[in-house]
Amino acid sequence: MKDAVESTPEPRLSRVPEVGSAPIGSAAEMRLAEIWESAPGWRGWLSTVDHKEIGLRYLVTAFIFLLMGGIEALIMRLQLARPEQTLLTPEQYNQLFTMHGVTMIFLYSLPVLSGFSNYLWPLMLGSRDMAFPRLNALSYWLFLFAGIFLYASFPLGEGPNAGWFNYVPFTGLEFNTGPNIDVYALGMVLLGISTTVGAINFIVTLFRMRAPGMSIDKVPILVWGTLTASVANVFAVPSASLAFFLLWLDRNASTHFFDAINGGKPMLWQHLFWMFGHPWVYAVVLPAMGIVSDALPTFCRRPLVGYSAVALSTMATMLLGFGVWIHHMFATGLPTLALSFFGATSMVISIPSAVAVFAWIATIWLGRPVFSTPFLFFAGFVLLFVVGGLSGVMTAAVPFDFQLNETYFVVAHLHYVLLGINVFPVVGGIYYWFPKFFGRMMNETWGKWSFWVMFIGFNLGFFPMHLAGLLGMPRRIYTYAPNMGWNTVNLITSIGSFIFASGILIFLVNLVISLRRGALAAQNPWDASTLEWAIPSPPPPYNFAVIPLIASRHPLWEDRLDEGERRSSLLEGYLLMQGRETLGTTPLDAKPDVILKMPDDSYTPFFLGLASTLAFAGLLLDWRQFTLLMTLAAGLALTVWMWPRTSLAQRVPRREPMREKNHD
Amino acid sequence: MIETTSADKPLPVGSAGKRSGGWWGMVALIVTEASLFGYLLFTYFYLASQTEQHWPPEGLPSLLIPGVNTLILLTSSLFVWASECYLRFRQPRWSLAFMTMATVLGACFVLIQLSEWHKKPYDMTSHLYGSLYFTITGFHLLHVLVGLVILMLLLIWIALGYFDHRQYAAVTVGGLYWHFVDMVWLFVFSTLYLLPYL
Amino acid sequence: MNDSGLRCRHCAAVGSAFFSMVSAAMLSSAAEAETEAAPLNYFLHSYGPASTPTMYLGWVFAAIAVAVFLIIALLLAGALFRKRAVDEPASIGRDNQGMRWIYIGTGVSTCILFALAVYVLITLNTISRPARTPALTVTVTGYDWWWKVEYEDNDPARRFVTANEIHIPIGLPVLVKLKSADVIHAFWVPMLAGKTQMIPGQANEQWLEAEVEGIYRGQCTQYCGLQHAHMGFEVVAQSPADFRAWQDEQRRAVIPASAADAVAGQHFFIERCAGCHSVRGIGAAGAHAPDLTHLNSRRLIAAGLLTNTPEHQVEWIMHVQKLKPGDRMPGFELSSSEIAALSAFLSTLN
Repeated sequence: MKDAVESTPEPRLSRVPEVGSAPIGSAAEMRLAEIWESAPGWRGWLSTVDHKEIGLRYLVTAFIFLLMGGIEALIMRLQLARPEQTLLTPEQYNQLFTMHGVTMIFLYSLPVLSGFSNYLWPLMLGSRDMAFPRLNALSYWLFLFAGIFLYASFPLGEGPNAGWFNYVPFTGLEFNTGPNIDVYALGMVLLGISTTVGAINFIVTLFRMRAPGMSIDKVPILVWGTLTASVANVFAVPSASLAFFLLWLDRNASTHFFDAINGGKPMLWQHLFWMFGHPWVYAVVLPAMGIVSDALPTFCRRPLVGYSAVALSTMATMLLGFGVWIHHMFATGLPTLALSFFGATSMVISIPSAVAVFAWIATIWLGRPVFSTPFLFFAGFVLLFVVGGLSGVMTAAVPFDFQLNETYFVVAHLHYVLLGINVFPVVGGIYYWFPKFFGRMMNETWGKWSFWVMFIGFNLGFFPMHLAGLLGMPRRIYTYAPNMGWNTVNLITSIGSFIFASGILIFLVNLVISLRRGALAAQNPWDASTLEWAIPSPPPPYNFAVIPLIASRHPLWEDRLDEGERRSSLLEGYLLMQGRETLGTTPLDAKPDVILKMPDDSYTPFFLGLASTLAFAGLLLDWRQFTLLMTLAAGLALTVWMWPRTSLAQRVPRREPMREKNHD
Repeated sequence: MIETTSADKPLPVGSAGKRSGGWWGMVALIVTEASLFGYLLFTYFYLASQTEQHWPPEGLPSLLIPGVNTLILLTSSLFVWASECYLRFRQPRWSLAFMTMATVLGACFVLIQLSEWHKKPYDMTSHLYGSLYFTITGFHLLHVLVGLVILMLLLIWIALGYFDHRQYAAVTVGGLYWHFVDMVWLFVFSTLYLLPYL
Repeated sequence: MNDSGLRCRHCAAVGSAFFSMVSAAMLSSAAEAETEAAPLNYFLHSYGPASTPTMYLGWVFAAIAVAVFLIIALLLAGALFRKRAVDEPASIGRDNQGMRWIYIGTGVSTCILFALAVYVLITLNTISRPARTPALTVTVTGYDWWWKVEYEDNDPARRFVTANEIHIPIGLPVLVKLKSADVIHAFWVPMLAGKTQMIPGQANEQWLEAEVEGIYRGQCTQYCGLQHAHMGFEVVAQSPADFRAWQDEQRRAVIPASAADAVAGQHFFIERCAGCHSVRGIGAAGAHAPDLTHLNSRRLIAAGLLTNTPEHQVEWIMHVQKLKPGDRMPGFELSSSEIAALSAFLSTLN
């Protein structure tokens, strides 16, 4: 082996990857730990590019936003518990429901899934980090700063107040003169950058960073879900960013895109927003469905039924998801032909969902379910998914949607979808991966309590909303008259929402206590099959001491699955320890392709994120020179970032050209 | 047991052209940027199809200068490509010269485009077409400016001798962006200048 | 059920029983106690050909949704609690099993969806246009936060304007042209038809027809700002004869006040109110607020917020910003004599 390395003409640019093993405590392992560890203290905190650290930050930040959005919801539910309440002024209510939507949809639901994917992808794929660790850090910082930006004006009573879909002309300067909408518009463009770079990182990671042998048909479904969502985001997010930017121009540079008096079209906003909005809705559920598809089989003691069908249905959902945006606009006076087409596609899109539902039920049926807390969440999720799907089919029926549109029925539907398909799998996912994250188990008794309180509270709170909608209650009203027939359903909804919130509280208490006192977790406490359970809990900074070689979809169940002779090699693999290194593989077959040099920790992502945010703040406050200055600072940070480095083999080392000339 | 089919084959290390992560990242970035322009042109076509205004309000655009400018931009793309080729041919001086030419031509494009703007009797607040024209060309110009910064950095790095015939991934990746900016201009040019003639 | 069952199996059973009980209880209590009064309950009530096919469609969809839910819930329960052969604890089930579930499940779902889609398209076609050409055209314009209603006629002298209350004759389809004066609103009379957005710069329309005489509540259903919650109206469906009588009455301009206090009130109105409100016949021609020419012919004021009584009129004028915070109408500080005069004048607007 050593000979081979030395016989290569230039080992710096090409070498045979060393194969071996590095058990815990060996010299090689200690050297790896040293290479990959972040600096202690605030320096490491600001500069780390470790996907595990970033993933946890995403999770924690998204959860804080979930709690904020939840508190907003509870305040609204107090206002709506009885008719003609005056707890809130109309303006306060409008800002609350807007921030609730913005928070839950943009600052919680996708970021929390990015958190899981960030943490888990390299572990599931057998890599040492994401494809672009620094970009990963940037994506987090921008998310955090954009979240703060979006909330900046809320405490001053000037928060976004036009609903999360922000229809013009209500959001035009004529009807909304404050900074409310500018904050929303600029914040969304900023957040869009974070989402986009995050999505690019996932895509490249999937195609380049899988352990050798993990061909594309062997990746976990969570990876399929996040990949599909990321591809969708790459195509869809520009639509929202553009819409918000054009709105900002209309408001600040007197352009006429949405200005009906001068030939602009308010409908343009609806098209641009929903061409983004609908794919986004799938982007925030598909990875969560992936969590279930990966974790449910562990508790059923068998592989997922119909892996390929579920993977394909994930992609089919997304593909169709680009062709259904009009179903948010059935009531806008479009021609019947267009309505028929989009109504039909909106019904077709439930077929791939049916594939997934039957795959999950078959997995449970054919397996031997173990009723641990995560399993309860995943099984409960299946039921909520069905409710959300069925109410979705009802709203897809065009004539019926003429009635349902913009009533509480839609509110009920979207909460069953977003809470049922996002929050339940997420909480279940945290129960499931908590031992991997922190090396401790969460408490099962508390866990079961949290599930049942959440599940009952959720259904009690949100099921009556369907009825409120059928009784004609429009959404986004800050109060209602007592003679509309909505009193009982609203009271029950309010009670249910508080029960649901206490379930979340029980979960959080469990989380905090388990963090300190939970039973120590083994490497693979659930006896799961995927790669992340093949390394210690919590994982060491380098993830895998050796890059494993993968032979099947279930590397940890191979001996018991009895499928073929091929076995994955987990303890012996590629060592790759000349600095931060990992293996790049070919996109489909995952054959070793390149030894990738991974960047060290860096402050530039933080500074780039900060400078960009300040540039946006400058735009908001109309401080032109400041904006210019911050844009230059951001450019400078980018230049530093991109400057070719010898350590990353991006440039010829110093003085080497001389030598090379002599060789020639 | 470990499979040794590939284990004894030497692998390239680090950023190696299309094997570099950066190349993949740039492709993904281009996809999302192309979508952005796609939505921008959708906006144009949507509003143009719905408008009752005279379109374009000032009559058919003159093609001469924008046409020449298009050629300038495309030529600069050729020079970037040549620059990359000559690095591979082990002739960094030529590479440097070509990259300089590309940068100069890119700068020419910006200046000509700015003078085109200056000549317009309307601005982005005048009417809907003005808003569209300046926003679309403005978006593109912004991308050209970013591309120019990239070309200048590449120029500096080539001049500093950072790249040779084996290590020039940055030129490939940066060049890809420039090619994209030029390709997008063809769509913008066709939409704003050629289509009104149809 | 396997009696080795963990406690949570019982919990599951109790939970699902509780769930179905709660929903049943809510359905019945809500349906019986309140829905009779619920004026927007389109799910159980429909009074015109533009909405009845939709109501039936809704029932079919709801029934199928409940049935599918029950089937899936049963399958899930079966999957969770079915008896299983005791197995080696560490064993793992075989892969490549169970595809039949997906084939059958998806196949059946696809067939149901296809049938439903056909039904949807047929219904959409049925309600997209009336069987006969509408005899009457009404233009409704959404304002923050009220409705302007214009009755069109080929003879300009026979056109007239009213607000927040649309009268229609029964048995005839009515074409409603929808416009907006400011932001997007949505016109919705659920018991007669589905909703359509009113979008600035865009001419939308829909049709509705009442088969039964009665008063049908309408409501804005596109969030339009501070008082979106209080942007209601009513459709009054009358016999053709009553409708014609109402129309003739509405076309009449008011006769200027003659009683002394009403004259004072009229002066006050011209001075303080006519910038926004119009009253035909006395030269009040404001265009920013509801036309008040035949104010007292209406059942409700303030876009459906209050019943139209003299006391409510005064309360509205005095406390508008308390009743409807943020409304475009400013609050007025009036002396008692001014109130009396204005009230006397308003009482003449029959």
